[in-house]
Amino acid sequence: MTTVMTDPLPTAPRDPKANRLGLVLKEYQGAESTLCAGCGHDAITSSIVKAFFEMGVEPYRVAKLSGIGCSSKTTNYFMGQAHGINSVHGRMAAVATGASLANRVLVSIGISGDGDTASIGLSHFLHMVRRNVPIIYVIENNGCYGLTKGQFSATADRGSVKKGGLVVNQSLPIDCCALAIQMGCGFVARTFSGDTKQVRTLLKAAIAYRGTAVLDIVSPCVTFNNHEGSTKSVAYARENEDPLHEIGFVPHYEQITVEYDSGTTKVVEMPDGSTITLSKLDHDYDSHDRIRALALLDKAREELLFYTGLIYYNGAMAPLDQQMNLVDEPLATLPESRVRPSRETLAEIMESFQ
Amino acid sequence: MNVATHRVPHPTPAVSTTKINDLVLKIATANGSGSQSANLILMRAIFHMGIPVSSKNLFPSNIQGLPTWFTIRANEDGWIGQKTNVDVLIAMNAETAAQDLADLHPGAIVIINEALKRFVVRTDLTVFTVPFSKLVEQVCEDTRLRKMVANIIYVGVAAFLLYIEMDEVRNAITTQFARKPKAAKLNGDAAALGYSWAKEHLEEQSVCRLRRTNKTKGNIIIEGNEATALGALFGGVTFVSWYPITPSSSFAETLSYYLEKYRRDPDTGKATYAVVQAEDELAAIAMVVGAGWAGARAITGTSGPGVSLMAELAGFSYFAEVPAVIVDVQRMGPSTGLPTRTSQGDIAKAYQLSHGDCKHILLIPGNIRECFEFAGEALELAESFQTLVLLMTDLDLAMNKWLSEPFDFPNKLLARGKVLTAEDLGQDGSFARYRDVDGDGIPYRTLPATNHPNAGYFTRGTGHTESAGYTEDPVQWHNNLDRLAKKFDTARDRVPRPVIELVPRTKTGIIAYGSSDLAVREARRLLETRHELASSYLRLRALPVNHEVHDFIAGHPVVYVVEQNRDAQMASILRSEYPELAPRIRSVLHYNGLPIDAETIVSQIVDRQTSKEIKP
Repeated sequence: MTTVMTDPLPTAPRDPKANRLGLVLKEYQGAESTLCAGCGHDAITSSIVKAFFEMGVEPYRVAKLSGIGCSSKTTNYFMGQAHGINSVHGRMAAVATGASLANRVLVSIGISGDGDTASIGLSHFLHMVRRNVPIIYVIENNGCYGLTKGQFSATADRGSVKKGGLVVNQSLPIDCCALAIQMGCGFVARTFSGDTKQVRTLLKAAIAYRGTAVLDIVSPCVTFNNHEGSTKSVAYARENEDPLHEIGFVPHYEQITVEYDSGTTKVVEMPDGSTITLSKLDHDYDSHDRIRALALLDKAREELLFYTGLIYYNGAMAPLDQQMNLVDEPLATLPESRVRPSRETLAEIMESFQ
Repeated sequence: MNVATHRVPHPTPAVSTTKINDLVLKIATANGSGSQSANLILMRAIFHMGIPVSSKNLFPSNIQGLPTWFTIRANEDGWIGQKTNVDVLIAMNAETAAQDLADLHPGAIVIINEALKRFVVRTDLTVFTVPFSKLVEQVCEDTRLRKMVANIIYVGVAAFLLYIEMDEVRNAITTQFARKPKAAKLNGDAAALGYSWAKEHLEEQSVCRLRRTNKTKGNIIIEGNEATALGALFGGVTFVSWYPITPSSSFAETLSYYLEKYRRDPDTGKATYAVVQAEDELAAIAMVVGAGWAGARAITGTSGPGVSLMAELAGFSYFAEVPAVIVDVQRMGPSTGLPTRTSQGDIAKAYQLSHGDCKHILLIPGNIRECFEFAGEALELAESFQTLVLLMTDLDLAMNKWLSEPFDFPNKLLARGKVLTAEDLGQDGSFARYRDVDGDGIPYRTLPATNHPNAGYFTRGTGHTESAGYTEDPVQWHNNLDRLAKKFDTARDRVPRPVIELVPRTKTGIIAYGSSDLAVREARRLLETRHELASSYLRLRALPVNHEVHDFIAGHPVVYVVEQNRDAQMASILRSEYPELAPRIRSVLHYNGLPIDAETIVSQIVDRQTSKEIKP
């Protein structure tokens, strides 16, 4: 169980458009985006705004973290009231590890890209996952380096064609979802920025989850990787998206009981009392089966299939702050009496060196 | 006792030329042979006889089998810095024995394993041959342990020859093996055997002897990394991330040990700290910056190669103004280099670490107490100035055993810098993250999770306005750089001030820093007694420098800057700081990986002085 404290709900008269905290959507928005018109990242930003609004997360408790790249700029475009840190290329996962331990009441959301995560920051990504740092880790995956004008990234599929049509990627892609599962991640999803309902539902479930939640979101770069022959274009993603299930989410604070047909819908109970529902579409997929998840991803990579949904879930693992048995209060603001041992302790230590 | 003895014709007791309490004892062994325990027992016994003592452990980057030398210096007057002129050699390593003997000065004493007798070709040494392998059979049945136990036998032999009290040897063995009573018994027997065998078979010597005095009462023996770790502990550290690297690992390991022991909530057993062993130094500093941004007192420890990897985040810390502390335990060379040799080779790099116009606060402890004090001070300054602070120690300070007065409990409360809480922000509550409100260049910050709608701001390395908004405006960038420079100037009088000893009417000044201090002080005495050259002394304890450094250089026509690097890094910084004083600055440089010694300093200064400046 999580030990995070939540503040009591305000009792002010409610705006009909307000969420359970009495806050309106605008209070979850940020600065205006400066990305290209039609960028998949902007759609994700909107989904984040809505997910945090609908979940009623206090913006002041959110820490927004990012590395470098188009994706990493977007933390400025949502939740302007929250603290954000646009750090250095590839190191966000490590920055987030420090920040989340310094203050365990923070709700951390990290926004990264495929260059930031799968290349320069790959080791930090893996180590963050294996430590189970509590964070919603979003990879805005467009298969290319947008901010430096369209070079292939490590997630570009083999056979993918570069803009201009002359260069074909020969290397196998790195699958961040498969790596995350291998590293023991308990919440692994792949989705498509254009499938806003699925993105938002997955984000809400990720907010309810305590631990590293990895969301690999294919998010087309409309300027450098949206052409014929790209497997990360809007058209390709729309045509090829193959949802593993239809995802529903009921947060813990909504006391509603819904009957599900156990033959067609799997219900995932989360430790905080929220529920994820996975309703069967064309596949009979079990998100709790780690080996099957890896097999599915391997097949997808070989055959260029674009499965989306909650690929793997396991709510049993303790997040890093719990593994470390940290005090309930943020380390950042502990008073002197709790962080400086006594004069007698120093004397005792000095004696041991005599 | 049916063992071969090697009796040396020897004058009997205490002649007037006998050196009392002035000893350099060098012990040559192979690493991984357990000799460290024996050497520490000798050192501790001397310490408890009240004689100031230090040790230098010269060890290879290896776990077992390579040569290692342990040098103990004991001196009644406290001159216990590095000294290369050895009085007594204990030669246990065949691989190095020939050279170890060749290096000795005439008249030196040698205690040598009988098996190595063939290496004794000089006739100007006083040699005591000891059949260690035969002796060890008498006390140790387990053949696997014999190599280790043989080392304890030389403790007993040395105790006899040098007049080290056996009671103190026994006490030291008890301390050394406090948790292993069987080992304590075995080693105690071995030491006693060494002593009684020596008493029976060896003549007493009167070249140098130790005699109980009272100069170490209340003192401690401690390594710099331990002191730095304790400084961080009592400095209220809450977050540590690190990646193993010699010679800094024992800093993080010692800190982890004490945190575990003393920083758990007494009621709940929960930790008031977090330690993460990172995947590399990039991650270690990134975690520290993340934790510092979120409000923790965060520290990492590393050495030169790790500092190189930390460079990018160092610049981010500087520009985005996020507190962070790096302990740089300096060693020799690049990547592999000489990882077990000491150096002051990172000064220039650390001072301007990263890209763009970066300048960082460096704290440079010159002794063990300052390792303790400055670790706390580094955490304090990092938060007060919202920037990276580097604590520059070195292998000599960090991994050798030093005599020290016990540390004082910090005399001031923890300062957390200019942090605005929700209450501070009040009703209207606007604040501009990068505005110089107080005229000292230091802005105000808020911490994540501050419950106020205006508390949040966006931290970035990119160009930013006073309100932390994105900008590429040339004027704003320029102004921000100027404010950062002003903040750095504010630090000049907030970092530890230099320690200055002015000698009237001398034209010669010496500037040194860090672990050179003891050798410099000894060198000044030698310069005065041998060459009638009196010198003033300024010990730098931090960068940036303040006006006192300027005045010191201005007050002396000739100023020697003593440092343990090739490129005169500190002298270069001083010359660029005070170009008008640059012609006065000369360098004394030492960079062979061994700790600097007084004779090196004396000879370089004497060589550099003109005939007018010094008496021959």
